[in-house]
Amino acid sequence: MISTILKRLLGAIPNLIGVVVVTFLLTRALPGDPAAFFAGASGTAEAVEEIRKKLGLDKSLPEQFIVYVRDLARGDWGMSHATGQSVLTELTTRLPASLELTLAALFLAVIVAIPLGILAATRPGSWIDHLCRGIATAGVSLPTFFTGLLLAYVFYFLLGWAPAPLGRLDPYLSAPAQVTGFYLIDSLIARDFAVFVGALKQLILPTVTLALFVLAPLARMTRASMLGVLSADFIRTARASGLAPRTVLFTYAFRNALLPVMTTLGMVFSFLLGSNVLVEKVFAWPGIGSFAIEALVASDYAPVQGFVLSMALLYVLLNLSIDIAYGFVDPRMKIEN
Amino acid sequence: MNPLLSVENLSLEFRTRSGIVRALENVSLQLPEGGSLGLVGESGSGKSVLSFAVLGIQDAAAKITGGAIRFAGNDLLADGGSAMKNMRGRELAMIFQNPRVALNPIRQVGQQIEDVLLRHTALRGAAARARAIECLSDVRIPDPERRYTAYPFELSGGMCQRVMIAIALACKPRLLIADEPTTGLDVTTQAAIMRLIRDLGREKGMATLLITHDLGLARDFCDNIAVMHAGHIVEVGATETLFRVPAHPYTAQLVRATPVGQERLEALASIPGNLPDLRRSDLPPCRFSERCELRSATCATPLPTLTASAGHVVACHHPQARTSS
Repeated sequence: MISTILKRLLGAIPNLIGVVVVTFLLTRALPGDPAAFFAGASGTAEAVEEIRKKLGLDKSLPEQFIVYVRDLARGDWGMSHATGQSVLTELTTRLPASLELTLAALFLAVIVAIPLGILAATRPGSWIDHLCRGIATAGVSLPTFFTGLLLAYVFYFLLGWAPAPLGRLDPYLSAPAQVTGFYLIDSLIARDFAVFVGALKQLILPTVTLALFVLAPLARMTRASMLGVLSADFIRTARASGLAPRTVLFTYAFRNALLPVMTTLGMVFSFLLGSNVLVEKVFAWPGIGSFAIEALVASDYAPVQGFVLSMALLYVLLNLSIDIAYGFVDPRMKIEN
Repeated sequence: MNPLLSVENLSLEFRTRSGIVRALENVSLQLPEGGSLGLVGESGSGKSVLSFAVLGIQDAAAKITGGAIRFAGNDLLADGGSAMKNMRGRELAMIFQNPRVALNPIRQVGQQIEDVLLRHTALRGAAARARAIECLSDVRIPDPERRYTAYPFELSGGMCQRVMIAIALACKPRLLIADEPTTGLDVTTQAAIMRLIRDLGREKGMATLLITHDLGLARDFCDNIAVMHAGHIVEVGATETLFRVPAHPYTAQLVRATPVGQERLEALASIPGNLPDLRRSDLPPCRFSERCELRSATCATPLPTLTASAGHVVACHHPQARTSS
């Protein structure tokens, strides 16, 4: 088991090297001159030149690349010139915010989509099947920034049920001591329930926005996969042996239907990380998505490279954990190691 | 003596988008306690549909429009099949073709046996596990303790079929329905599986309904044979009689198409034509008449049920052997 994980992690190294090279080249190929941007509108040609030298941008591309890789190897991800912080610090404070939002959305989507898909598959043509199809269609056709704005408008502006869409926590509350970086968990560790409730309230609207978006592929895949499995020969055997309908549905059908659902789950997780950027903007969420956008606009190379690299690392870990989970559900997978 | 299983004038249809498929019409058959009946006919003749209906696991689109199914004195169709709920898998069990896909691919085979035991018996925990291992050894699986934890993909097709038999026999049923149990297995394994089913049936006094398109297999294995064609049972009789003096033209042709011993391929006759489309509204009373060389004007009148000899019944206007009505 552990040797498999290590092998997989080693196997990911070429991918990461590729990511480092490509992001380096892409950021350099972007239009815009960071030196001119930081010098400002009033900056003279000499000032721009000086900043360029300070940033090391006057060197040739291969030289810049060697400097970048050398720094990376020392654990130095560079500085964000817009915020004046080191990129690593920025990412480690902002990544938990994005992850908390993403995982909450994923959790919500799963607990709604999977039962919905199962019910739709067991009663094809019923109202719940139509509901499932309706939600799936709505979920894929509504862009997240639109649902986000709509939800904020209705539940904050019109009804006043939700707090202002201004970040992770009410400004009157102070963030809990950082352990995991997830406010919900950290506040429970600190036994600060006011902060827990406050953080939860702020989390609800962006979570629902993102969850609506990923509900569709999950529910559709659960339904299709359950329908396929329910017509399989071994389900007929289980029925013929007189097993209780509940056993047939869950122990026999659902566990088999879970495999494609898990694959979709991994895909959906990466969609979520992508659409985070927009939702973080709408809800002023201090995550890495909004950070990366700002850096990109400012042609601030180091944070963009850091963002892409951390996303790549996240994907590697995500795919690894999905493969490990696969091994638990499907005994046929273990053999291949 | 009352038969263990009796199907009386059962009719079943499928409501599909392209029309109503009259899959079974006035089907009757009897199976005594401990007896063995072969249900033969070509693919699509309704053999499996009939067996699923007996077990109450027919497709949702299937509707039983008439007739009765009785098992050990119980009406299986009464109250929407409620009597069946606790008997399925315990009193009546079924094994299927293609054993490798008929078992849950991601569950240990021993656990699949245990699931049935937990559902139908009072055995729990270690006792259930011990009984499941015993079931595996009953079907002559070597090293059953180790096989308990095997998954279907780790076993051969023959082993999987043995596991399925073990699941079916776990609660010592009185009737086993074997639906093409040897399809998908190689020839030597087929013989071993059939011998196993016969031996276990004799040991436990269990009746067997063997569904097959292989007349030769039914001949070796069954006391009686019922021949199905397009949702009708056209002839029922003792195996030996049926082969010696087949009365229905379809049976006669089937017998001629079945190799016995070392015949040459040219000596075998094939049956011309296909099964009629069961969605047609103008199906003739005798569904074989359109393929039949003995067809006459009387074939358009309702089918008679003639008794050729004791226990040998045929539904045909032109039976080939001598009959008395």
